[in-house]
Amino acid sequence: MKYTLMVNEGPYQHQSSDTAYHFAKAALAKGHEIFRVFFYHDGVNNGSRLSVPPKDDRLVQKQWSDLAQQHGIDMVICIAAAQRRGLMDTAEAKRQGLDAHNIAPGFRISGLGQLIEGSIESDRTIVFGD
Amino acid sequence: MAVKKFMYVNRKAPYGTVYALESLEVVLIAAAFEQEVTLAFLDDGVYQIVRNQNPKLLGMKNFSSTYKALGDYDIKQLYVERESLIERGLTEDDLMDITYEDEGDDWAEKSSLTIVSRAEMAALMAAQDVMFSF
Repeated sequence: MKYTLMVNEGPYQHQSSDTAYHFAKAALAKGHEIFRVFFYHDGVNNGSRLSVPPKDDRLVQKQWSDLAQQHGIDMVICIAAAQRRGLMDTAEAKRQGLDAHNIAPGFRISGLGQLIEGSIESDRTIVFGD
Repeated sequence: MAVKKFMYVNRKAPYGTVYALESLEVVLIAAAFEQEVTLAFLDDGVYQIVRNQNPKLLGMKNFSSTYKALGDYDIKQLYVERESLIERGLTEDDLMDITYEDEGDDWAEKSSLTIVSRAEMAALMAAQDVMFSF
């Protein structure tokens, strides 16, 4: 089956990102396809490469980056939500005249249309949120 | 592209968290995809469409007028759960006039709001292809 996942909460603060990650891993292991993971609300913070959790904790952002790299998953951060919360890729930072960018590998910034398109293209859409 | 039935479920108050505002942003984008769009308001989400909102003292933007514009985006199916209204001491009269122009009826202005019971809401949800919950 083809899935689109939506992650609506930030890392560490809330379990939804972990749950979505474990779901994605399990689905892939069973031979299903993850068409897209869309990060919205505070979920965009899952795409920051500047997160430094304590050494004995899981690396939420890196888990996603690694999963995307291993399985070629399309991971999209909503641009409107990202702009509010200070998530930038190089192009967006330049466009806004900002001195830094912080998006983690495997993520890309795009619009909400990607969420709707993902839901049209996929057999199931699953929302992980509060 | 196949047309799917999309439902946007609004469960949270309009201010206090950003969910309601950002839910509306998804709905407005979704309108461009020519899918069947339905909005549901339940739990504290019914406060999103209450009249005379004034979040000025909170320093928040009053975005409630956007709900009134949904008809212009061809979004005209807004379902409100009756039990959620009653539990909060609200009636239909406390809700904004949210309307659309019916092109099949000489552009007559009609209400986009339908008050439904919890059981009817459950049946509506069961009939959807895609549900987003905010």
